[in-house]
Amino acid sequence: MIELFTLSTGYGSWNPVFWVIAFAIALIIGWIIWSRGEKTYDSGREASSPYISGNAEPEKGAVHIRAGNLYWGYTDALSGYYRFIKPFHTGNASDYLLAYLFVTAILLIVVVIFR
Amino acid sequence: MNIIMNNLPALLIAIPLLGAILTPVISRYGDNLRNGWVLLISLLTSVTGLLIASKVLTQGSIVYTFGVSALNEIIPPDSGGIPVRIIFTIDPMNAFMLVIAAIVGFCIMLYSVSSMQKLSGKDGFYTLLFLLITGVNGMIATGDIFNFFVFLEISSLAGAALVAYRIDKGVAAEAGLKYGALSTIGGLMFLTGIGILLAQYDTLNMAVLASRIQMTPLDMIAFVLFFAALAMKCGAVPMHFWTPDSYSMAPSAVTAFLVVSSQASLYGLFRICYTLYGGVLNTFTIGWVIIILGVLSMFVGVTMAIPQKDVKRLMAYHAVSQTGYMLLGVGVGLAALSTPCLLNSVGLPALKGGLFHIMNHALYKGLLFLTAGVIFYRCGTRNLNKLGGLGHNMKWTMIFFIIGALAIAGIPPFNGFASKLLIYESTFIFNPVLSVIAMVVSILTLASFVKVFHSMFMGPVLPEYSEVKEAPKPMLIAMGILAFLVILFGIFPQQVIDFMVTPAATALVNYPGYIHAVLGGV
Repeated sequence: MIELFTLSTGYGSWNPVFWVIAFAIALIIGWIIWSRGEKTYDSGREASSPYISGNAEPEKGAVHIRAGNLYWGYTDALSGYYRFIKPFHTGNASDYLLAYLFVTAILLIVVVIFR
Repeated sequence: MNIIMNNLPALLIAIPLLGAILTPVISRYGDNLRNGWVLLISLLTSVTGLLIASKVLTQGSIVYTFGVSALNEIIPPDSGGIPVRIIFTIDPMNAFMLVIAAIVGFCIMLYSVSSMQKLSGKDGFYTLLFLLITGVNGMIATGDIFNFFVFLEISSLAGAALVAYRIDKGVAAEAGLKYGALSTIGGLMFLTGIGILLAQYDTLNMAVLASRIQMTPLDMIAFVLFFAALAMKCGAVPMHFWTPDSYSMAPSAVTAFLVVSSQASLYGLFRICYTLYGGVLNTFTIGWVIIILGVLSMFVGVTMAIPQKDVKRLMAYHAVSQTGYMLLGVGVGLAALSTPCLLNSVGLPALKGGLFHIMNHALYKGLLFLTAGVIFYRCGTRNLNKLGGLGHNMKWTMIFFIIGALAIAGIPPFNGFASKLLIYESTFIFNPVLSVIAMVVSILTLASFVKVFHSMFMGPVLPEYSEVKEAPKPMLIAMGILAFLVILFGIFPQQVIDFMVTPAATALVNYPGYIHAVLGGV
């Protein structure tokens, strides 16, 4: 039965069932921890409001971290790479065609040399 | 019943073509009738594709000749041994691709019935969509290289028109124009290659060409023209620039099928390398060319995806990146083709991984594009900087997105992991650096989709989206089918590999078998 779920890669094997079982166990543990929480908690009262050192809660839209603010460090660290790669993406169809012809020419050279 | 079963390959083209022609007429009698019609035609087309695939995978290759009543008339007695008529040659590799087109084709049609409801010009939309399906099915099934070009053009023109369908301040028209112009130039290059081969070998039949090809200087030029045109059509870096433009502007259901259309071009590329030139090509060198294109596609695709703000543009770059995995797997297979022991130990597992990834990618990327379509349908924007908190009101869409995102990132137990594992392990033996790059790209893919998930679904309910509702049922069902298959193929990967992927890989490397299926008499 267990072989039914086993993927043979040629160098090893992988069984998704074990992963699913581990995932299910993690979910059950999470549920047990959650179910042992404070029973008297009422989500409709003040307890659910954020406490920001006594300051008023900002608007909902203002606290959501937008996509543009994510991975700033990553793109900044790779700014040199992006300065190189982005100019190729001009949006100009003539440049697209140029890239196509460039690859065609390189490929022709490779095929002729290594035939 | 026998007549239908014997003529399934013809129906594969005839049914969607009939759908395309009659849809504008039926549209005159009301939206409900037209919706029923397009669903019926789409279902019949998909069932036909699946029946053909099932027949091929259980009974062997099908060679179908148009215009004859008996199978033994494939080669007319007065033709000098050349099958002069148009033929469809469907071996397990073609069958594998037909399964992908059948599944995604039906899901996008079901989705479109809802997603297009508020828009005008639906008769033209469905006509073009059926033409796109016709083109893709034809590219997959044909055994004639000129016929392949014709279907390539049908799919390109229908695809370009569909990209430009949703007029958005001219941007969609520009994207459609770019797609159409590049596809046409690629098509002309392809046609030139066909002319070169026809002038030398007096035939357009792929099996006959494969048996006669000599790799003369003219053959080399033809090969380069074929290769570059198809690599551009499948979005390989550095010819990928049209992909984000077109994929982001097309309606989401169309984008999901444009992925399949690109994969049909990928299939054409593999057929040219493995079958048409299989006996004469320096497979090691061309294998490495494909590997380099694959690595470039993987890396440039994912790194360009991360800073994107438009969710569909981001996903389009990921489509480029995932195409890189397929090129990597199949490229390693080709590089190992001329060394039998290397082929068995490394080449075939890599090839299986690459092919399995084609199917998996069609499912999870189709699913992801459909979820992006739901977000646009409900919120009216694709800008990630403007979205947020949608998980509160769109729980099912969020769940489907999570499934697709985890699958594309190669997280177990979803289907993307199974195919990536095959690629990692086999390419590691071939060249460890390639495997490491592939794994790093997977990590970056996960990072990118974490960003998308957070931006769209997490956070408090934003005031502007407080009234947003879940997607309509047909859209949910279409996404549900794809999500179910993503999970199913992840839990039972070996069954999919045994039933579909291994026969496809074996058929692809066995080019004498392809020639024999046509010329040896069936």
